[in-house]
Amino acid sequence: MNKIRWLNFGFQIGAVILALLFTTVVLLMAGAPPLQAYLYIIKGALSSITNISNVLSAWAPLLLTTSGVLITFAAGLWNIGIEGQIMVGAIFTTGALRLLQNSTVPSGWILLIGFLAGMAGGALWAALAGVLKTFGGVNEIFGGLGLNFVATAFALYLIIGPWKRPGIASTSGTLMFPDKLWLPTLPKVQFSVWALGLGILVVILVYFLLRGTHFGLRLKAIGKNSKAALLMGVPTWQYVMFAFLLCGVFAGLAGAIQVTSVYHRLTPAISSGYGFLGLMVAMLINYQAIWAAPVALFFAALNIGGIQLPIVLKLDSSLSGVLQGILVLFVLLVEGARQRLFRKR
Amino acid sequence: MNVELKDIQKTFGMVHANGGISLKIPAGTIQGILGENGAGKSTLMKILSGFIRPDQGEILLDGHTVSIHSPADAIRLGVGMLHQDPLDFPPLRVIENFILGSAGGLLPDQGAVLRDFKKLAGQFGFSLDPEAYVDSLTVGERQQLEILRLIWLGASVMIFDEPTTGISTAQKMKLFAALCLLAEQGKTVLFVSHKLDDVEGLCSRVAVLRQGYLVGEAKQPYSTKKLVEMMFGKTISVGGRKPCRADKVTVNLSKLRVEDYRLKVRDVNLDVHCGEVIGLAGMEGSGQGLFLRAVGGMTHTVGGKILIDGRDLTGRSYQTFKKHGVAFLPAARLEEGLVPGLTLTEHFILAEEAKGFFINWDKGRLLAQERIKEFDVRGIPANTVESLSGGNQQRALLALLRDSLNLLLLEHPTRGLDIESVIYIWNKLKERCQKGTAILFVSSDLEEILQYSDQVLVFFSGKVTPPLDASTLTTEKLGELIGGKGWPESTDEGKLA
Ligand SMILES: Nc1ncnc2c1ncn2[C@@H]1O[C@H](COP(=O)(O)OP(=O)(O)OP(=O)(O)O)[C@@H](O)[C@H]1O
Ligand SMILES: [Mg+2]
Repeated sequence: MNKIRWLNFGFQIGAVILALLFTTVVLLMAGAPPLQAYLYIIKGALSSITNISNVLSAWAPLLLTTSGVLITFAAGLWNIGIEGQIMVGAIFTTGALRLLQNSTVPSGWILLIGFLAGMAGGALWAALAGVLKTFGGVNEIFGGLGLNFVATAFALYLIIGPWKRPGIASTSGTLMFPDKLWLPTLPKVQFSVWALGLGILVVILVYFLLRGTHFGLRLKAIGKNSKAALLMGVPTWQYVMFAFLLCGVFAGLAGAIQVTSVYHRLTPAISSGYGFLGLMVAMLINYQAIWAAPVALFFAALNIGGIQLPIVLKLDSSLSGVLQGILVLFVLLVEGARQRLFRKR
Repeated sequence: MNVELKDIQKTFGMVHANGGISLKIPAGTIQGILGENGAGKSTLMKILSGFIRPDQGEILLDGHTVSIHSPADAIRLGVGMLHQDPLDFPPLRVIENFILGSAGGLLPDQGAVLRDFKKLAGQFGFSLDPEAYVDSLTVGERQQLEILRLIWLGASVMIFDEPTTGISTAQKMKLFAALCLLAEQGKTVLFVSHKLDDVEGLCSRVAVLRQGYLVGEAKQPYSTKKLVEMMFGKTISVGGRKPCRADKVTVNLSKLRVEDYRLKVRDVNLDVHCGEVIGLAGMEGSGQGLFLRAVGGMTHTVGGKILIDGRDLTGRSYQTFKKHGVAFLPAARLEEGLVPGLTLTEHFILAEEAKGFFINWDKGRLLAQERIKEFDVRGIPANTVESLSGGNQQRALLALLRDSLNLLLLEHPTRGLDIESVIYIWNKLKERCQKGTAILFVSSDLEEILQYSDQVLVFFSGKVTPPLDASTLTTEKLGELIGGKGWPESTDEGKLA
C-alpha cells in the first residue's frame, strides 16, 4: 500500500519535471534565457513584502473559485460559467457600493451589504446556468460560455455607459471608491486579512462538505451516476441546482473581493481569470479538496511572479499561464498513463 | 481456432480470482464454463479477450503463444467477447454502434454496412431497427447487437459471458441455434454460465470453476448432481412454495394506461395484496417493464389511477412513491442501480434515510458490514461496486433496500445469480413478504415466475392477461401466452377466455 503511494508521488514529481522541461524548451525557442526567467518568477513572487502580499491577495479569490468548482465538479458539472459568475458578483458589489456610498450608512455595513450583493449576483448567474441545464437541457459548458460573454458585455456597458467616470468614458474602469469602502488591509500593503480569512474558511468548509456530509456524498453519487442516484432517492435536479448556487456564491464572493480589496472599482477584466485558474487547480489536484490550498497558493505565486517578466526580460507575462497550463496537461497525461499501466496489470 | 490457456493467474488485492487455470478448447466446440458467483469465470474470459492482463500464464491460439494486451489485439487475433454487463453504450444509433470499432477507413460505406447488418440480423432472426438509438434498447436487444457486431468483426473465438440472463426464451432459442451454427463453421465458442440447464443443453463439454480454480471437466452426457456438487462443493435443493398473501390490499390500480413510442399498455385493473408476489411475464419489450416503471412513478401514466396504501399517487414523482414505501430495482445494475466509483459503505449510507448533516462513517461501515454478511456479498465495505463480480453486484443491490416497504418492484431480481444465491435471495424476499411487503417482478425466467409468484400477469405486445393463479399454471401454458398463442381473438384487451 505504502509502496503504491510513493510510486504515485513519484509519478507526480515526474509530471512536474516534464512540465518544467517542456516550458524550458518553449522558452529556448522564444530565445529567452530559461533559468533567468524562472528566477525572475520566483523573485517576482517572493522577493519583497509587497510581492508576498500580492501573492496572498491573489490567493484569496483563487481559493474561493477553486472551492466553488470542486463542488460543481463533484456533481459532475463543468462550471465554465464561473468567470461570468465572478463578473456578475463584482457588478452587484459595485452597484451596492455605488448606491450606498453617499448615504449615512456606516462604511462597515456598506461593505457587508456589498459582499452580500456579490454573493447574490454570483448565485444568480450560476442559477441561470443551472436552469438552462436542468430545465432547458443546455449543456452547462455551452450555457456557461454564453453567460460569460453576456456578463462581460454587461460590465462593459455599465463601465462606458451608466457608471462611466464623470467626463470620460474609458474601458479602464469606473471611478475609484473612496478609501473608507476599501476592505481593511495590513499597513502599506494591498493584502487584506479578511479576504484571505474568507478564502481559507471556504476551503475548509468545502473540504468537510465533500468529505463528511450527506450532501457531499449525494453530490458525488450524482456526479458519477445520476440515474442510480435518483433511484436511490437523491433528488437529483435540486442538488445540481444547489451545487451551481453554492459555486456561484463563492464566485460572487471572489468578485466582491476583487472590487473591494484589489481594484476598488469595476473593470472589464475584474475576474483576472481566477475562474478558469480555479478550474485548472481543481483538475491539477484531481478534485481532492485537501490539496486545494497549497496548489492555489503556488498558482497565485506564479501569477504574481510573472508580472515582472515583460519589464525585465521583454517576455510576455503570460509565461506563467503557459507554465500553469502545461503543468495541468502533464499531470493529467501522467495520471492517465499511470492508470493505464496499473489497471492493465 | 484451438485455444489453450496455461496456468492463468490473477489476483485482485487479496482475492485469487484465477489461481492457475489450464484449459484446452478445440476448434468447433461449444465449451461451457460453469461456476458459482465470484468463481472467476468473467476474469478468465476477460484475460482471454484482452480486457485484463494476467499476473502469470500463457495463451496459445492454434498452438502459438500470443500476447494479448488489449481488446483490440484480441479481436485482431480473432477473439471477441460479449460481456456480462454490456459495457458503455454511447448514445448512438444501432447502425453507428455496429460500425464502431471496425477497421474500415475514415468513411465507412454506410450502405454496404447496412446491408451486412440486415443480412446478419436476418440470419439470426433478430429484429433490430438499425436507426433506433441504442439507449432505447432493452438489455436483451443490446446483447443481440453485440453478437452481430462480433460476428461481423470476424471473431473466430467467441466468448459469451452469461448471454442468456437477459433474454427471453424465444431469443434464447435463436441464440442457441446461432451458437451451434458457429461451432459447425469451425469457430470456438466459450459459453459462460451458472445455469445448468443451458450448459447441459448446449455445450459439448464443460469446465467447472470454483473460487478461482478449475475443479473439474465433464463431457456430454452430464450428471446434473455431479455438476452441482462441483460448482458449490455440496448439493442444493429448491424449497417448496410458501404463499403469504394477506387480505389487506396495498396497491390498487384501476384502468391504468401507459405508453411509449412503440407500444401501449391499456386499462390494467389490479389489486395487489400485502405479502403477495406477482410475476410479470412476457418477451422482453412487451410492456411489462413499462408497466413496472409506471407503478413506481418512473414513467408517466396516460390514464387511470394508482393507489398506494389507499393514497392516490397518480402522476406523482418517484420520490413521492419512494416516500410511500415503494422501491424499484433496475435490471441494468451498473447503469441505473449502483454508482461506479463509490464504495459499498457509501452506497449503504446513500440508500438510508439521511440523519443529520454529517455522515457517521463508523455507523455506515457497521451497517455495510451487517448487510454484506446478511446478504452474503463477497466483498468488504471499502470495495467499490464495480470491483464486485456480477452476481455480487446484484446481491449488493438487494441489500441496499430499506426495511418496511409497501411495494417492491423488481426487474430481473436474480439475473446473473447462481442457483444457490437465487434460493437465498428469494428467501430474503419472502421474509419481506411475511412482513407485508408486496412484490411485483419482471423476469424472463419462466421457472422463476412459476416458482415464486402467487399470481402471474402475462404481457404480449402491450396486451395484459388478468391475474392468473401461478399454482395452476404450467410452463407450457405460460410459454404459449408469452409467444402470443391462446389469447382471445377479439380486440377486447385485458380479457382472457
Ligand atoms: N476489478 C476487480 N477488482 C477487485 N476484485 C475483482 C475485480 N474483478 C473481479 N474481482 C473479484 O474476483 C473474483 C472473481 O470475479 P469474477 O467476476 O471473475 O466472477 P464470476 O465467476 O464472473 O462471477 P459472477 O457469476 O457473479 O459473474 C470476485 O471475488 C470478484 O470480487
Ligand atoms: Mg461474471
